[in-house]
Amino acid sequence: MPEILIKNGFVYDPLNGVDGERMDVAVRDGKIVEKVGRGKKIIDASGMIVMPGGVDIHSHIAGPKVNSGRMLRPEDHFRDVEVKTEKTRSGVGRSIPSTFTTGYRYARMGYTTVMDPAMPPLKARHTHEELNDTPMIDKASYPLLGDCWFVLEPLSKGLIEECAAYVAWTMEATRGYVIKLVNPGGLEAWGFGRNVRNIDDTVPNFNITPREIIQGLCRVNNLLHMPHTIHVHTNNLGKPGNYTTTLETMKCVENLANGDKPVIHVTHCQFSAFKGDDWQTFESGAEEIAKYVNAHSHVTTDMGQVVFGDTTTMTADGPFQYILYQLSHNKWINSDVETETSTGIVPFKYKRSSFVHATQWSIGLELALLIKDPWKIFMTTDHPNAAPFIHYPKIVSWLMSRTAREKLMKKINRRAQHKSLLPTIDREYTFLELAIATRAGQARSLGLKQKGHLGVGADADIAIYRIDPENVDPSKKYRLIRRAFKRAAYTIKGGEIVVKDGEIVKSVSGKTFWVKPETSSSLKEIVPRLKEKFEDYYTVQYENYVVPEHHLAVSCPVTVKAEV
Amino acid sequence: MSPKYLFKVPVEAECVSPDVFAGKNLEEIGSLKLWEGNRQRSLNDLFYIEGDGPDTPEKLTIQVLGDVHKVRRIGAGMSAGEIFIHRDAGIHLGEEMRGGKITVCGNADSWTGAMMKDGVIEVKGNAGDYVGAAYRGSVKGMRGGTIIIHGNAGNELGCFMRKGLIKVHGSVGQFAGMHMKNGTISVGGNSEGRAGAEMTGGKIVVCGSVPSVLPTFSIDSLKSKAKINGEEATGPFYLFIGDITEEGEGKLYVSQASNPHLKLYEQYL
Repeated sequence: MPEILIKNGFVYDPLNGVDGERMDVAVRDGKIVEKVGRGKKIIDASGMIVMPGGVDIHSHIAGPKVNSGRMLRPEDHFRDVEVKTEKTRSGVGRSIPSTFTTGYRYARMGYTTVMDPAMPPLKARHTHEELNDTPMIDKASYPLLGDCWFVLEPLSKGLIEECAAYVAWTMEATRGYVIKLVNPGGLEAWGFGRNVRNIDDTVPNFNITPREIIQGLCRVNNLLHMPHTIHVHTNNLGKPGNYTTTLETMKCVENLANGDKPVIHVTHCQFSAFKGDDWQTFESGAEEIAKYVNAHSHVTTDMGQVVFGDTTTMTADGPFQYILYQLSHNKWINSDVETETSTGIVPFKYKRSSFVHATQWSIGLELALLIKDPWKIFMTTDHPNAAPFIHYPKIVSWLMSRTAREKLMKKINRRAQHKSLLPTIDREYTFLELAIATRAGQARSLGLKQKGHLGVGADADIAIYRIDPENVDPSKKYRLIRRAFKRAAYTIKGGEIVVKDGEIVKSVSGKTFWVKPETSSSLKEIVPRLKEKFEDYYTVQYENYVVPEHHLAVSCPVTVKAEV
Repeated sequence: MSPKYLFKVPVEAECVSPDVFAGKNLEEIGSLKLWEGNRQRSLNDLFYIEGDGPDTPEKLTIQVLGDVHKVRRIGAGMSAGEIFIHRDAGIHLGEEMRGGKITVCGNADSWTGAMMKDGVIEVKGNAGDYVGAAYRGSVKGMRGGTIIIHGNAGNELGCFMRKGLIKVHGSVGQFAGMHMKNGTISVGGNSEGRAGAEMTGGKIVVCGSVPSVLPTFSIDSLKSKAKINGEEATGPFYLFIGDITEEGEGKLYVSQASNPHLKLYEQYL
């Protein structure tokens, strides 16, 4: 591995307080170092910007439902074929790319870490097999725990520590990274054809409310000292008027905050910021959400930005996907994962001419621009739900340029134009804010200490874009920005140049992060009880459920000291 | 143009189209790239090419001689001009074409005119399955233009058809006009059954016999003739409306004379 010196680039490294200074970055053995010796490879980055490699906190890139989506949509793939080259494997793209293509396309945009946000614990093995085949990026997966019986049973009895023990065991068994909640309580109800209406509705058969599940798992998260907060897909997602539920969800963990540290991440917030009583009176609730987030430090969110066009929606929120099927009458998949969670997939087309879709487009940007602190809102599309991740450069241009927003604004539904808050917002992201929203903020929120910055000792994941910030005004030259972010001049992954001028020059396999909680030995007591439950509830035996560590291509455990 | 040898593996020849050939000299045309199996070749390696071409695709005619039944996607996406194939053509002929005309003197294979938007395809012989159909998984079938087949056609003719005309002088296989939304299919010969399954609109006329009509169609009336884009087919025809499972309003005309076994429907008129 040669030493690399990146010379004269404009460096944006928010975590170390570097804002566009012209400086050199040195790389040795996959890490950023003070300086390098002779025999180094020099990259002349003059007239270019240098940022840490991109981090994506929420992108469905692997797992059984992603694969089902691939099988459901041959028409999505056949126009977008990647031919095999000497360095890369063949594949197909569009809204649900094949695993290799996913890795290549992220790397081309300068992304180096991507998180898969929804892994049914039972399907962990499949998810990790797909992640093993996703090259170029470091990754992790979030097990879905908000409706798992192992969690609901102790929580309904108020046994937080016992619940924490189960969660700790699940993290290790499934090699998961974050506690993920999807429509907490609602998915369990969906197993019986029902749903929960608000966060104080009782979950059938469990005598527990979504509020108790969210608070309980938030306490568990604190007990285990997990690197990230709980990652919540709210109840009532995708329904008009749901912004009140979202605010309730944020409020219910207010008193669990410890200082300024966030305790809850409300993901793809755009889908949870709808106002109005029905689709006719539908409007944006971004202002209310932004007001709350601006005033509180315990919440982080991500955008879930809609980009117009054809995509495939897929979430663990089975009831929501059923509603989406009824709206679109498209082909669909819905499935139940034993005692754990559910899944739904519906192909969907976001149309500019549609009032609802155009308003959704507006809501995402309103959130990103009205929430003042970029450390609290990150750039995502909830790939592929609101748009495939290949559209990130477009979103960058909308964030950085009012002109770019206004240009598209003229083409969208008239009623949506009049109701949108965007014309009243002048804010444009700076390069530093963009670096926070696309890498530093996400890495800090995920607790990835070696990612998202260029300080000495950090992983040498670096993206270099062909933009000269001294001479280019992103507000006016938004097309240039779009082009530059589409094809990184260089992407460096783990100290190796993997992309040059938007083309893959080397294929590398990334690490898989997972949380290894260090618990007291008494927790081993739960294993016999677990085995009994596997006999009672599952089609799978305890022994076959656990994913062995050697099943991961490059395993990277993150040890946490748990308080149980 | 004519092939230099008998192709053993499929050749992907979407470059054989008046839009691509127009304004190029023989050398440039010869160096166009295409795939033979898993190898990329140039057109010159596979075909003898001669002639002179006008600059605009409208005036250009491509004559394809010899056996090209392994050559796929001829005329894919073409918008003007003409292609004349003297013998059999391969699959995906005229896929997504937007205009112009393709004539095949021999037989055409499956997916002929798949997802076409406009233009004319005329096949003197038989055609395979999925004529004018949508690609797998897609709901956008034929959206305009005309396909005329003088011989027989295979299964799932006009699957997900949305507009345009498919005229088959011979017989068709099963599921003609499946998922059809609009447009017209006319069959001179027989249908092997299940015509119009899950159709929501459009018109299918079968002048020959059908084994049976799907139970999800209801009889509407007895018509003396059926209109097919200006022309008329003389009946009398039974007119069925369906497919009820899709709340469809598609029209299925079935000849009375060729189908005496459908007489039992007359009691419901």
